[in-house]
Amino acid sequence: MIFLWAFIVGGLICVVGQLMMDGLKLTPAHTMATLVVVGAVLDGLGLYERLIDFAGAGATVPITSFGNQLVHGALAEADRTGLIGVITGIFQITSAGISAAIIFSFLAALVFKPKG
Amino acid sequence: MSQQNDDQMEKEAYQKVASRIEPKRPMFMNCIKAFLVGGFICVIGQCISTFYMHFFHFNEATVGAPTVATLIFISVLLTGFGVYDKFSQFAGAGTAVPVTGFANSMASTAIEYKTEGFVLGVGGNMFKLAGSVIVFGTVAAFIIGIIYTVATGQWGAM
Repeated sequence: MIFLWAFIVGGLICVVGQLMMDGLKLTPAHTMATLVVVGAVLDGLGLYERLIDFAGAGATVPITSFGNQLVHGALAEADRTGLIGVITGIFQITSAGISAAIIFSFLAALVFKPKG
Repeated sequence: MSQQNDDQMEKEAYQKVASRIEPKRPMFMNCIKAFLVGGFICVIGQCISTFYMHFFHFNEATVGAPTVATLIFISVLLTGFGVYDKFSQFAGAGTAVPVTGFANSMASTAIEYKTEGFVLGVGGNMFKLAGSVIVFGTVAAFIIGIIYTVATGQWGAM
């Protein structure tokens, strides 16, 4: 069942992105930045965790989850150490995604040749 | 003054012609494609999550990191072989919104700018597209964190 909800919720978030690009004529960069901020605000309101419980990867795979993880890390660390935790905790959870993207992209640049 | 008016009228005429000639974007079909492809990528993510939870003792809270890292690895590989970009021409937001699109934007710029050298080219341009996501996400998270701290009054050691 979680697979079905992952498909539906993940697909719908992509449709929202498509509507922003086609309907509001935003560039992909504006669309992604907006979705990340939306994810961050939703987690600030405590709603994103519920979406993850409900839709699994349908909520963790879209870029909105990046905003969610940034806020989640910041607030969790703020709970432990106070104001400074907001800064030290922001990248705690997203580290895997950002590090993986940097490392693999660099390795890809070593291996692959540019096309055209 | 009349020169200005002429310019204004020319602009308006141009806008009219341009909007008539510009092909209508097939919004409905694009949304269907985005839904199917985006949903499919999330299902792959769910399969990877389930795999890690069954065989590597991750739980629902910790499985996100290895899942995202795996998806990013696959996406970078497909980008290198030139498959992801062909796919994204078809799927639009369906491939751009998932985290694989984030990885794709980094890997494709990294490979593209290889000709300008590794420091100025690859290092300097990797975040050309992905940077705005990180900047706006981080600033938003910071503001929310400050609001949270003020609301809860947990200022920590001072």
